[in-house]
Amino acid sequence: MAETRKAPRSFQEIILRLQNYWATKGCAVLQPYDMEVGAGTFHPATTLRSLGTKPWAAAYVQPSRRPTDGRYGENPNRLQHYYQYQVIIKPSPPDLQALYLGSLAEIGLDPALHDIRFVEDDWESPTLGAWGLGWEVWCDGMEVSQFTYFQQVGGHDCRPVSGELTYGLERLAMYVLGVDHVMDMPFNDPDSPIALTYGDIFRQTEEEYSRHNFDGATTEMLFQHFKDAEAECQRLLDFPADDPKTGKRIIMAHPAYDQTIKASHLFNLLDARGVISVTERQAYIGRVRALAKKCADAFRQTEAGMDA
Amino acid sequence: MADLLIELFSEEIPARMQGKARDDLRSLVTNGLVEAGLTYASAGAFSTPRRLTLAIEGLTAESKPVREERKGPNTTAPAAAIEGFLRSTGLTLDQLERRADKKGEVFFAVLEKPGRAAPAIIAEVLDTTIRTFPWPKSMRWGNGTLRWVRPLHSIICLLSDETGAHVVPLTVEGITASNTTEGHRFLSKGRFPVSSFDDYALKLKRAHVVLDSAEREAAIWQGAQNLAFAAGLELVEDKGLLTEVAGLVEWPVPLLGRIADAFLHLPPEVLQTSMKEHQKFFSVKNPKTGRIEGFVTVANTETTDHGATILKGNQKVLTARLSDARFFWENDLRVAKAGMGEWLDGLKLVTFHNKLGSQADRIARIAALAREIAPLVGADADQAEKAARIAKADLRSAMVGEFPELQGTMGRYYALESGEPDAIANAARDHYSPLGPSDAVPTEPVSVAVALADKIDTLTGFWAIDEKPTGSKDPFALRRAALGVFRLVLGNGVRTGLLDLAASSYIGLLFSFSQKMLLGYVGDEFENGDVIVRRTAHEKYSDEGIVSTSFNAGELRAIADSVDIFRAVSSSVSVSGTDSTAQTSIYTSYDEQPLPRTVGLSKDLLTFFHDRLKVFLKDQGIRHDIIDACLAMPGNDDLTLLVKRAEALAAFLKTEDGPNLLQGFKRANTILSQAEAKDGVEYSFGADPKFAETDEERALFTALDTAEATITPAMSREDFPAAMAAMAALRAPIDGFFTSVQVNADNPITRRNRLNLLHRIRAICSGVADLTKVEG
Repeated sequence: MAETRKAPRSFQEIILRLQNYWATKGCAVLQPYDMEVGAGTFHPATTLRSLGTKPWAAAYVQPSRRPTDGRYGENPNRLQHYYQYQVIIKPSPPDLQALYLGSLAEIGLDPALHDIRFVEDDWESPTLGAWGLGWEVWCDGMEVSQFTYFQQVGGHDCRPVSGELTYGLERLAMYVLGVDHVMDMPFNDPDSPIALTYGDIFRQTEEEYSRHNFDGATTEMLFQHFKDAEAECQRLLDFPADDPKTGKRIIMAHPAYDQTIKASHLFNLLDARGVISVTERQAYIGRVRALAKKCADAFRQTEAGMDA
Repeated sequence: MADLLIELFSEEIPARMQGKARDDLRSLVTNGLVEAGLTYASAGAFSTPRRLTLAIEGLTAESKPVREERKGPNTTAPAAAIEGFLRSTGLTLDQLERRADKKGEVFFAVLEKPGRAAPAIIAEVLDTTIRTFPWPKSMRWGNGTLRWVRPLHSIICLLSDETGAHVVPLTVEGITASNTTEGHRFLSKGRFPVSSFDDYALKLKRAHVVLDSAEREAAIWQGAQNLAFAAGLELVEDKGLLTEVAGLVEWPVPLLGRIADAFLHLPPEVLQTSMKEHQKFFSVKNPKTGRIEGFVTVANTETTDHGATILKGNQKVLTARLSDARFFWENDLRVAKAGMGEWLDGLKLVTFHNKLGSQADRIARIAALAREIAPLVGADADQAEKAARIAKADLRSAMVGEFPELQGTMGRYYALESGEPDAIANAARDHYSPLGPSDAVPTEPVSVAVALADKIDTLTGFWAIDEKPTGSKDPFALRRAALGVFRLVLGNGVRTGLLDLAASSYIGLLFSFSQKMLLGYVGDEFENGDVIVRRTAHEKYSDEGIVSTSFNAGELRAIADSVDIFRAVSSSVSVSGTDSTAQTSIYTSYDEQPLPRTVGLSKDLLTFFHDRLKVFLKDQGIRHDIIDACLAMPGNDDLTLLVKRAEALAAFLKTEDGPNLLQGFKRANTILSQAEAKDGVEYSFGADPKFAETDEERALFTALDTAEATITPAMSREDFPAAMAAMAALRAPIDGFFTSVQVNADNPITRRNRLNLLHRIRAICSGVADLTKVEG
């Protein structure tokens, strides 16, 4: 077990320690994906790279958006925009649990003081056509991470299996830092000349986006964009693999997958606007899943996704 | 004799799977060993979150040699037959024995399986057990192909006898069996070797692992009770939670915490459910106030601060959870106090089943039916209807959204808040009952009316759309609904014909279709060449073309009794004109399956009810043939009557007279039926005592008169015991009659008279039950 370090003092220190920890464990520390996603899993570094046999190890922060969770910045721990820390390693190493516990020690969660438990929680993403088995990790009764062994993504069996760790950064940090309201959490060091809290940075945007998500966004436009993204995804995948211009085989799996991400986020926005009925919901989820599957199929035909 | 220790050490096994996994491990391994020829004295299985363990005592050291002889073909048989025999036995021709047989010389194969040493057998059996283990859900990990519930890390497979302990050589997908394991994840360091089960259990305890889940449960329960007692509080029992929590910890450490005052006004069910579902906390009650004021959480570790940090963290999570619950409760109260209209409107948006409409549609049907049932169960019709209308309102409440298991419970609270009387509020709580065989049956009249209506609507609805249970599949829990109907009807002595209720329910369903969706029917009068014209409920011809109206209930009933009804599945149906081609294209969007006619539906549903009823009554100790004898009688959809009859018949058949009378009846019936078949007439009238020739014959006339005089009024009172007692009195005269006279007498007048007399026996007895169905 790694030695527990003294407690971090800010949100960013927790992120930096995680980045550093996973870098020392051999992960490529990637940057967030530059699109609106609902969770770190949507980053192609997880979804697409968990397919095929090529080994992979990456860690990154992913800003995530869940439009329906907006509470105008008033709820102590619910946000429509928040951060996830994501680790994905293929094949899952045999000591992944120990590595994970090491990361907790790194941010000050000492098992000599805390009760850390792995409680059954099977993960499924109906929009990605993905599922896996694992746990939610509890620290003193609080869920601090999701720990999953991917079994299937985009309808493809994962061989080898990837291990995925997802930390809900705000919740975890609030606990480590002993803060009761997310907006009160120090973002940088509280002794900095210009000390900033989470609220200084995000209170206003939470208000603005909550209003936007629930009342502002134009639904006709969102519906149209959903259709456009769906059509574009299909169109990109329908291109023949051989590019006449370069003479190379270029399958546009990633650009097509971007459209899947878009469709998924548009669906989430429409859901927040309350214009998708219960019965339609399933149909929309099915449409996004169909795109995700096609992108997974396409990625498996590419260099990165092929079996070695 | 040897002892075997097996440990399968993995990452955390879900708590809910551990109990069955223990049983499976024990039975798979011991069955495998026994099948391979070993015997053992005893076997015990254990589990913790990270290990499955099996200890077998008194295992034999090797299997006995087995000698098997197999008879083959004749030595003169064609070569192909002989080759086949050689293949199946794995022998060569010169290894076969030739023996003389009745039909000549025959080949014999003598197969001798030598005894095998235990380790080889154990390795084989354990390998198979691991590879075929029936986890409810299993997974792969890393590069491997092996499946286990979570990654499997190490295996102990240790056989110990007088010569010491030996690891059984075994490797499963790169995991080689050894004699080492590890202890608690945080309170113990490194791996350690073990030499026997006792040594293993002892060392585990030193390494902060309590191996036996029963011991962990006892420790949790005792520790939690002590904590509560010391604080002047009382632990609320929860067996299921105790088992689950024992499956989450290797080293249980109970900690007691208090619920902040700000949440103590929440309903106790809310506190309890929130704490249990989200955090696996036990509830702790203040015996003075009866309120839930504290909790016990069970940590998996001992800490340097004696759990202070852990408790503080748990308390914090609880506060966040209960803040949510309070927020839900307060918001819900606002809606409830305003009469719950917001929720009732909201139910229109909730699909119950895409072929059966929304929850609101369903509630309207249940309300109408509850109104109809009310007088049958002594409920006020207005109250029953009102109760049905609001009973499911809580499904839209925030609290039930968060905790679905509180449906009904919250419904009662909210109904009271909205100003409804207890009878209605209790129906909101109780109308889902009985949910299982051990769940109590509602007895308050309004609750009974709504509960019955709810279940009958479910049954007729799914029957109408042909979603019946098949084999082990019953996704809509229709068997449970049927059982609920029986228990409600019988438990409350409700007198009603289920067929009538089912028919009403069905018409209600059609009516809701005809208003909400397009409903059409096929009738002879609309046959138009080879195109069947399907008319929708919303269209009727008039001078202007097609006008929209819907069927009224009377029309629906007539249609539902006589022709096929089709239901539009698409809302895009539109009518542009009376031109027949246009209509044809419109109707392609109809459900291809017509809805059943009322009569067909009711019969089919009644058959299902009867099948379930037989299962139910058999469990109550009533023989199936007795049930059949009663089912064959009129009024068989009145369950209370049916069961009353069956119980009386069962009691009657237990008396001495019962089986004898049954014999007499059957004899009379057989003679009569044969005579009727032979003569082609029915002997059903005109037995006259003046043609009686013997005293016994005259005595039977008198006895039948007497019995009939008692049975007829008894039957009209439904006093089955009295009717059967009177029937029992017929036993001696019938026996006497058969001993003294021959029915098929030479004199045709005498014969006819006697057959007509037998008919009286049949008629009188058959009025009570169909005794031909009773065995014996």
